[in-house]
Amino acid sequence: MSDLQVILCISLVIPLVSALGVLVFAKYPNIRDICGPIGGIISFIAAVKIASSIIQGDIVSISLWQIAPGISFSFNVTPLGAIFGLVASGLWILASIYTVGYMRGSGEKNQTRFAFYYAVAIHAAMAIAYSGNLLMLFIYYEILTFSTYPLVTHSQTEAAKNAGRLYMGILVSTSLLLFLPAVLWVWTISGTLDFRQGGILPSDFPVIYVPFLLAMFAFGIGKAALMPIHRWLPAAMVAPTPVSALLHAVAVVKAGVFSILTVTVYIFGIDFLNASGGAIWLAWVAAFTILASSIIAISKNDLKARLAYSTISQLSYIVLGASLATAAAVEGAALHIVMHATAKITLFFCAGAIYVNAHVKNISDLDGLGPKLPWVFIAFFLASLSIIGIPPMGGSWSKFLLMAGAVDAAMPAMLLVLAVSSLLNVYYLLEPVLRAFFKSVKKDIHVEKHVLTIIPPVITAAISLVLFFAVDWIMPLTNLMVVQ
Amino acid sequence: MTSINLILINWNYIVVILLMMAGLYIIISNQNFIKKLVGLSIFQSSVFIFYISLGKVSGGTAPILTGNDETLYSNPLPHVLILTAIVVGVATNALGLALVVRIQEAFHSIEENKLLALKKFSEQEDRQL
Amino acid sequence: MPVFDNIPALLVVLPLIASAIVSLLPSARVAWILTFVVTLLCLFMAFELVDIVSNTSSFSYAFGGWEPPWGIVFVVDGANVYLVLLVAFISVVSTFYAYTILAAEIAVEDLPKAYSVWLLAIASLFGLSMTGDAFNLFVFLEISALSSITLIALGAGQDRRALLAAYNYLIIGAIGATFYVIGVGYLYAATGTLNLTDIVDRLNELGTNQAAITGLAFMLAGIMVKAGVFPVHIWLPAAYSFAPSAVSSLLAAVATKVAIYYFARLLFGIFADITLLVEFFLLYILMPVSIIGIFFGTIAAIYQTDLKRLFALSSIAQIGYITLAFSLNSHSGISAGFIHIINHALIKGSIFMAIGIFAFGIGKRATMTSMQGVGRQMPITFAGFVVAGLALVGMPLTAGFISKLYLFKALFETNNGILVAIIAFSSVLSVLYLWKIFEVMWLKEPTKPLKIEKEPIMAYLPVWMMVAVIVVFGVYSNDIVMSGIGAANALIGAN
Repeated sequence: MSDLQVILCISLVIPLVSALGVLVFAKYPNIRDICGPIGGIISFIAAVKIASSIIQGDIVSISLWQIAPGISFSFNVTPLGAIFGLVASGLWILASIYTVGYMRGSGEKNQTRFAFYYAVAIHAAMAIAYSGNLLMLFIYYEILTFSTYPLVTHSQTEAAKNAGRLYMGILVSTSLLLFLPAVLWVWTISGTLDFRQGGILPSDFPVIYVPFLLAMFAFGIGKAALMPIHRWLPAAMVAPTPVSALLHAVAVVKAGVFSILTVTVYIFGIDFLNASGGAIWLAWVAAFTILASSIIAISKNDLKARLAYSTISQLSYIVLGASLATAAAVEGAALHIVMHATAKITLFFCAGAIYVNAHVKNISDLDGLGPKLPWVFIAFFLASLSIIGIPPMGGSWSKFLLMAGAVDAAMPAMLLVLAVSSLLNVYYLLEPVLRAFFKSVKKDIHVEKHVLTIIPPVITAAISLVLFFAVDWIMPLTNLMVVQ
Repeated sequence: MTSINLILINWNYIVVILLMMAGLYIIISNQNFIKKLVGLSIFQSSVFIFYISLGKVSGGTAPILTGNDETLYSNPLPHVLILTAIVVGVATNALGLALVVRIQEAFHSIEENKLLALKKFSEQEDRQL
Repeated sequence: MPVFDNIPALLVVLPLIASAIVSLLPSARVAWILTFVVTLLCLFMAFELVDIVSNTSSFSYAFGGWEPPWGIVFVVDGANVYLVLLVAFISVVSTFYAYTILAAEIAVEDLPKAYSVWLLAIASLFGLSMTGDAFNLFVFLEISALSSITLIALGAGQDRRALLAAYNYLIIGAIGATFYVIGVGYLYAATGTLNLTDIVDRLNELGTNQAAITGLAFMLAGIMVKAGVFPVHIWLPAAYSFAPSAVSSLLAAVATKVAIYYFARLLFGIFADITLLVEFFLLYILMPVSIIGIFFGTIAAIYQTDLKRLFALSSIAQIGYITLAFSLNSHSGISAGFIHIINHALIKGSIFMAIGIFAFGIGKRATMTSMQGVGRQMPITFAGFVVAGLALVGMPLTAGFISKLYLFKALFETNNGILVAIIAFSSVLSVLYLWKIFEVMWLKEPTKPLKIEKEPIMAYLPVWMMVAVIVVFGVYSNDIVMSGIGAANALIGAN
């Protein structure tokens, strides 16, 4: 095994080792809680090494055994996969630190079980990022669904169980009904499921089937929360905020859009989609989702619910980029994975910090809370700017590229969609900040400060800011996605 | 004339069909479990007749070696097969009757309609378990 | 070694003789030990058989030295060697499981006789899977039916409805077997031989023969009854749900599978040349019937409250998948069918075993109300049950996923894309009833405080043995895929 393969194994296995560590050290909370951050640091270092190797043009892959003719149990890092791997492992470090603060601060029970499944879910996310073919991606997609179920239903209340039912129901049924048959369809006609630049579909694949196949993927990959397969996301907000933060802002939903983006770039091929025009309908569905969920977000008073609908909207940015199928759009979509992840995790961290420190859930109760939790709301503000797409926050780059992609695809209507969406974002994201700083306190709220819940959002907000200037670290990877 | 000829030539098959249908009808329509077993026996014996009549060679005698090389024998194989089948039928019958005895002990009835009513009653019991 | 030359015979004769001895034994424990040793020997011989067949591709064993087509032969080739291994493995695991669970459901003084009939059933299953003579199959069919009936009726100690189930099975099974014999009679009348390979040659000379076609129809009808294909499955739900748990797991795992194997051999190996009829039957009769059976089984299972009956109905749906794969009349379809035969045997066997342990735990029948919260009290068994359930639905990393993969592949290759959607939909439906059970057993609190027996290790160990094999086949799937392809090759030649 070469060095790169060893590093690949490390990045995949470390989350499992961390999970094991959590179980072993269950009786020693301090050691148990350090397993996550340490695991995150190690796997992030591995992910960075892998990403830099990919930029240099190396191949990072391992093939273990054959599952079926043309499909093996293998891992193979694509440029897009490298990006997702960086995001998942990097944000895991901060999320695990935050989790400790949150869980201790709100006195949650069953922290060991929580930490265990958290680590397993991260392993699944890394395996999705580095999967070697579409079947491996599907396998780990399902494992991700199952390993996040205990996290969603963590509090075991009736509401949590109902949410869990909805979560599993939607994700499992879409994946069995649409995603798996689509994967097998591709396998039958192409003889392989490996990811290849330019796609693997045979050149004689009938053009009229393309929208159908694409629809099976787009709606079968329920984690991308394309309407109408979006209901599970707000329902899953019943979970503790660390779950919402990492999994539903980063790992689970990003696995969904990552899968859609991978399918469009490496299974269909951007040029094929462009030539056949089979993705245009998807652009409109994504556009609808963007606007509709933004409007719904405005009506929500619960902070996490509003952020949930904002997530649905932002995910469709990535789907839009994939469906526009031009180089700029696809790069913008890939970049948005990074930008949105850092920004959204900040927002959720802040929401959780507000809950743990001030016991406030609703936006209408945020009045005047700013001075009491200044860093939290500053982080919230910066992250909001990133999502709205204003320089000097990282999100402006991805939004710019998506707009450029829309022009390249000769769909100027999408520019309007993106612009209107930004305006809506301004409204529903800045409202909490304005209330916090510019309105006077309605009732006196006692605020404790759990430091471990405040530092991570500040760090991730800073990362969003740094990414604006450091976008050149990521652009080589996105360039590799679209080069011939 | 030819139609009577037809019947005479295929007499064995007609008997087989009559017995088979009689047997099946008894199984389906009769409520009593023992009578159903009787119907099953009739059904099975129709098959025996089918085989044996198939094996008959015209002018052939019983398939037991007589020492005379010139004798024409009927086909012995169907006879052998049917001996096996008869034994199987006897075993099935015996088992069926044993079951009927046990059913009578457990349910105090061997009539199908009464037993169905009892079964439904105990299914309701189950649901409340 | 001379012993190895006689393995096919030994696989039947050894359990037969042991059955006679066991029935005379006074002690239940000694009876069990003898039974278990015999099944272990059979497993060892089955592995040897696999070895022999992989070297010589087909092993024909003539009883008493009488050469075919006059003597009776046992033929073991790529199509049934893995079935023999499956029967051997399942019988070992079930016997191990029966030590605790069967003993809990049957009176101690009846146990030696129960094991005696158990061995008879195993002997008949070996005979069914290996025989190459049409009438000999009827004999083994009846032995299997009679021993199964007796085993099912033994469940009367727990619930007297087992007697009715056994009686029903007797009547319907006997009608089916008799139909089969009528079919053999027609076939004999047309070809003059009972040896399966010889029949193929004689049919070739005859061309399209009305008697042969009628014979085929009757034979298929009879086999379908034994295999539990919709709509002649009627005996199956009651029989599996009232039989003792060990019996349910043995029968549900292998009894129907052996019949389905023979069904495939008839269609693709023997009567393959009556192409018009076979194609008509497969496309217009078997395929619709399979699809209806799949949905009937799944939907009826969703509404069931009794767990054993629920999974018996689920079995009907799964048998529908297998017959659907066969009805595609393609190499990939036959492979997919054989793959699922093995996988489903493992999955259903472990599920019924787990339910038996749950029922043993609470001392009552396993129903949705009585099982509330039981999963938490018996976590080891429940974990195995969950994995088997995931395999039933077709989740990746389990053998059930491999079955589904190859079934979908066969459907795509024969241009039946619509069927893929229908089958995917039925998978989603099966998630429904599994989810219900999961919720009831894990998420709900028991209605009244539970008095639970501790999970006996000798009972959950077999469950985990089978579950381990399911997972291994799900991950290292090459062996099982090769077995399916080998079976298709043996029946219709390589692709």
